[in-house]
Amino acid sequence: MNPDLRRERDAASFDAEKLTHILDGGPERTRRRREIENLILNDPDFKHEDLNFLTRSQRYEIAVRKSATMVKKLRDFGIADPEEIMWFKRLHMIHFVEPVGLNYSMFIPTLLNQGTTAQQQKWLPPSKGLEIIGTYAQTEMGHGTHLRGLETTATYDPKTQEFILNSPTVTSIKWWPGGLGKTSNHAIVLAQLYTKGECYGLHAFIVPIREIGTHKPLPGIIVGDIGPKFGYDEMDNGYLKMDNYRIPRENMLMKYAQVKPDGTYVKPLNNKLTYGTMVFVRSFLVGEAARSLSKACTIAIRYSLVRHQSEIQPGDPEPQILDFQTQQFKLFPLLATAFAFQFVGAYMKETYHRINVDISQGDLSELPELHALTAGLKAFTSWTANSGIEACRMACGGHGYSHCSGLPNIYVTFTPTCTFEGENTVMMLQTARFLIKSYDQVHSGKLVGGMVSYLNDLSSQRIQPQQVAAWPAMVDINSPDSLTEAYKCRAARLVEAAARNLQAELKHRKSKEIAWNLTSVDLVRASEAHCHYVVVKIFSGNLSKIDDKPIQTVLKNLCLLYALYGISQNSGDFLQGGILTESQLTQVNQRMKELLTIIRPNAAALVDAFDFQDVSLGSVLGRYDGNIYENMFEWAKKSPLNKTQVHESYYKHLKPLQSKL
Amino acid sequence: MANQIYSTVPRSSWNKRVNPDLDIERKNKSFNVERLTNILDGGAEFTQKRRQVGTYLQGLETTATYDASTQEFVLNTPTLSATKWWPGDLGRTATHALILANLYSSGRCHGMHGFILPIRSLQDHSPLPGITVGDIGPKMNFEQTDNGFLQLDHIRIPRENMLNRFSQVLPDGTYVKQGTPQSNYLTMIVLRVQLLASEFIPALVKACIIATRYSVVRHQSKIKPSEPEAKILDYQTQQQKLFPQLATAYAFHFIDEIVIEFFKKSYQEIINGNITNLPELHALSAGMKAMMSDHCILGAELCRRACGGHGYSLLSGLPSLVTKVTASCTYEGENTVLYLQTARFLLKNFLQVQSSQSTPTLPQSIQYLASAGSGRCPAQRTSDFLSPQLYTEAFAHVAARLIRNSAQKLHNLTSSGIDQYVAWNQTAILHLQAAKAHCYHFTVKTFVESLKKLEKEPEIYQVIKRLCDLYALHGLLSNLGDFLYDGYMSRAQVELATEAYFSLLSLIRKDAILLTDAFDFSDESLNSALGCYDGNVYERLFEWAQLSPTNTEGNPAYEKYLRPFLKNNRSKL
Repeated sequence: MNPDLRRERDAASFDAEKLTHILDGGPERTRRRREIENLILNDPDFKHEDLNFLTRSQRYEIAVRKSATMVKKLRDFGIADPEEIMWFKRLHMIHFVEPVGLNYSMFIPTLLNQGTTAQQQKWLPPSKGLEIIGTYAQTEMGHGTHLRGLETTATYDPKTQEFILNSPTVTSIKWWPGGLGKTSNHAIVLAQLYTKGECYGLHAFIVPIREIGTHKPLPGIIVGDIGPKFGYDEMDNGYLKMDNYRIPRENMLMKYAQVKPDGTYVKPLNNKLTYGTMVFVRSFLVGEAARSLSKACTIAIRYSLVRHQSEIQPGDPEPQILDFQTQQFKLFPLLATAFAFQFVGAYMKETYHRINVDISQGDLSELPELHALTAGLKAFTSWTANSGIEACRMACGGHGYSHCSGLPNIYVTFTPTCTFEGENTVMMLQTARFLIKSYDQVHSGKLVGGMVSYLNDLSSQRIQPQQVAAWPAMVDINSPDSLTEAYKCRAARLVEAAARNLQAELKHRKSKEIAWNLTSVDLVRASEAHCHYVVVKIFSGNLSKIDDKPIQTVLKNLCLLYALYGISQNSGDFLQGGILTESQLTQVNQRMKELLTIIRPNAAALVDAFDFQDVSLGSVLGRYDGNIYENMFEWAKKSPLNKTQVHESYYKHLKPLQSKL
Repeated sequence: MANQIYSTVPRSSWNKRVNPDLDIERKNKSFNVERLTNILDGGAEFTQKRRQVGTYLQGLETTATYDASTQEFVLNTPTLSATKWWPGDLGRTATHALILANLYSSGRCHGMHGFILPIRSLQDHSPLPGITVGDIGPKMNFEQTDNGFLQLDHIRIPRENMLNRFSQVLPDGTYVKQGTPQSNYLTMIVLRVQLLASEFIPALVKACIIATRYSVVRHQSKIKPSEPEAKILDYQTQQQKLFPQLATAYAFHFIDEIVIEFFKKSYQEIINGNITNLPELHALSAGMKAMMSDHCILGAELCRRACGGHGYSLLSGLPSLVTKVTASCTYEGENTVLYLQTARFLLKNFLQVQSSQSTPTLPQSIQYLASAGSGRCPAQRTSDFLSPQLYTEAFAHVAARLIRNSAQKLHNLTSSGIDQYVAWNQTAILHLQAAKAHCYHFTVKTFVESLKKLEKEPEIYQVIKRLCDLYALHGLLSNLGDFLYDGYMSRAQVELATEAYFSLLSLIRKDAILLTDAFDFSDESLNSALGCYDGNVYERLFEWAQLSPTNTEGNPAYEKYLRPFLKNNRSKL
């Protein structure tokens, strides 16, 4: 092991292994996770070339091969628990990108949610046994987040009892669905339903797209891969164009709405379950933001401990670059953020499961807040993680730009999270809608509960401009609880400001919608402030649950850094709101610098606690053993450009140029 | 694959049609777009010349190959894309050019080096044989800096014309490094200054063009339920993402012109042995390189993400722009290190101001250090924040305060006995902030100066002034804490500034497409299905996707794995 890293690990003030247990949710879960990871690491069937040196087609091929072996392996190893399958896939697929993935994550769940018993009997066994491979085709080239705008049509023909599917315009071509381009032979297609001359809105249809046995597109179907992307090379995101393509009436998913053989449309009774799926996926993405940022921090911090550069004092040996204050200032706030998001991810998972029990018992009361919270937190954490990963990459200097760092891959794989499952700005505005609704509710005299209960204080006029001066005395910059209060004030202030601006616009113009649009930047800011408060609250709330004193101390410091850094980056809000004074802000900045120094000796152990396997980091710079330079050299030698000493382009272009002289 | 150039020529089915959503944006022009293009190019004849050649081609492919038999270098621009796009007087006045080219000698490439190249006859000013150079027409009546281009066809220059302060090619072709670190300065400065216009700014400009055009073609959701789905550029949140980038693109374009001017003036002086301006030139080039690369990286990525899912497709052209420009945070000086170099220059001059009895003569870019005092922002109404003088002073105030503060903290540490190097490291974050604030002030001040030159053209002046205002106010509101901190601005003034900012967004909305058109980038150089001039976004996406090898070369993975796998699963029934 690299001596710098060994020294750093020996000097830690806490036991990294115990922190890993906390992050995993208990020592038993850590044990089981590692057991599953070791199955993969020790299995020769899973060995493969470094993806970085392969073409897109080769990477796709490897992913398909892995999907095929995985089904068998999961059976062999007896892994069936959804979370354990997740652990398995994360290490197995590396980028967690799988062409067959949508069969499990979208095709089967949609059948379960929206298919009748008869439809489930027909389609579930073959899709679960992968006799057919399904995907889910929703987004179109010209339409994404706004579902009602989709243009694909399904027109019922009572004569033959069939639906006729059409992509009437170029913008209506299905675009982006994963696994559609080359892999799947069935798709659940969302289309506008027309029967008896009326449009009844979006419905889901099971559409065979490729012939069983030959895999060729069926007549009337144009299907293919949408071409090269920023990342997701292993995935065949696809397009689908349908031209008067007929499917039997029974292929419409009819658990809720129905079309009778004569074409009569029967309205759905109540359908709130799709809400639940959305909430689940988004809360899952919060956890993914935490994981991706944690990976990036692991790499950048290990590298900064091994890399030496320049001198702090002339004549001294070159220091580890993590000893430069500017480097600590780049990385430690991100490390603190990664831990904050880890706790938020765990909180979301827990809350989802808790509320899911309520929902199954018919209690939907908490669903609106959970829906609003997951939308906002998905956006907040993915935006933050997105820029955080990129900042980690840039903090690794030139080597961060090389694929050997693993950071470009982490970035390009993560960044679509800002767009998919709800574009982030749209998500923030959904949260804002809930905040404004709660604000209005408070104003009409009703109290609100949950994370927005601080809005109650606004109505009882406790935050009055003249009383604002009383606040600063209460903020203790060394207390996570007190800082949580400060964030709460900021959220309250920004929600109120947005609500007032909205009111003002309403007075000037007539339409509610135009007023909303003209306030939307304020509304997004209010949502961000609300989410920021929630994150600080969850992080600081977790500290008291930790028994191990040394771990509690180090996490408290990270929590303080997270909160103080956020204040320094948004100091305008805290000054403008009268929440902090100028001199307190000076203390915040001073304290932040002290925390950098305090956290510095534990940096190596903190990232060790994330417990990523080298394989899943995919990084030479982030190796556990820190032996980066020798391995970088080995890695580079594998590049296809190095297969021959003199590249053919030399003979083709350079040599003739020189001989002309 | 990533850099494949797709045919941007429209196909028969949609060839004569400009997307009506885009077309309507170009009606009712509030200014003459062609005239603005000419201003950006530095004159109408350069627009014309540039169009003949192509747009903003980069110069890093030029080669200089040493020929030992004649002791000469052979300079060549092997491909069209290696054509020098040389910002400066090349087009009409220069007789010599400093060319950066990849040096080859004894069969090896030694990286970029500088060469002095005579380009025009000293007798009649005509281009020398083998040189194709930008316009030298007789009508040299423009005051603005112009641009030129240069193509070299196996031009021979003597061995002595290589700039050898820090490395040398011996007569036999042996490559030798030499010189002191200081002598590297000048070459580094040259490279940094050249990067601004050749790498950073075009990346941001292209990203803005693509994202803005796409945002009027893309419709999503309804602002009002009774109306059709709105263009996404009509959403305030989308304007908030894109317009500050557009304003930054214009800001950087004009600032670059001024930097180049200063650079050329100082370069000439330095060559003549007068190094008075060297420290400022060094600090300015370091700071501008760091700031422009930071902002262009962030801005290009922001534009990419503002295009939703399609921004993730390489066919949008945006990922390649982002990945190319993002390397710039480290090359030619890591940005944090560069900011700290600027900070050292600021600190040194600040101490001089502090210690001297009379007002010292400060370098131009930091003269505000002597005058910025403890005043308050005088704004009383919203429109006051549209006053260039008012916001320039605000930035000067903040920069001066942060410089003073970092100097003070450093002084406190050293006078308490802490070693000066350790003290510097312990205050590095403060120096970083001070340097950033200084650079921001410089860009605002410089944009304002460029704006003044447009006063004679009221229509264009008006649209560019809005961008200048937006650039400044966006910077102010994004760093609000700095302006509120010492009470320079009041909370009520923040509300006024915010109001002014929002009013600009809707004003710029009307001219947005024309402002991107004025950059006059060809479809070929954008290489984007989303950003083409005619706005036929979806048709192109579909067509280009079909050209992907994954669609044209069969599906070996199916044959190898999926077919047996599916068959096996079925046979188990």
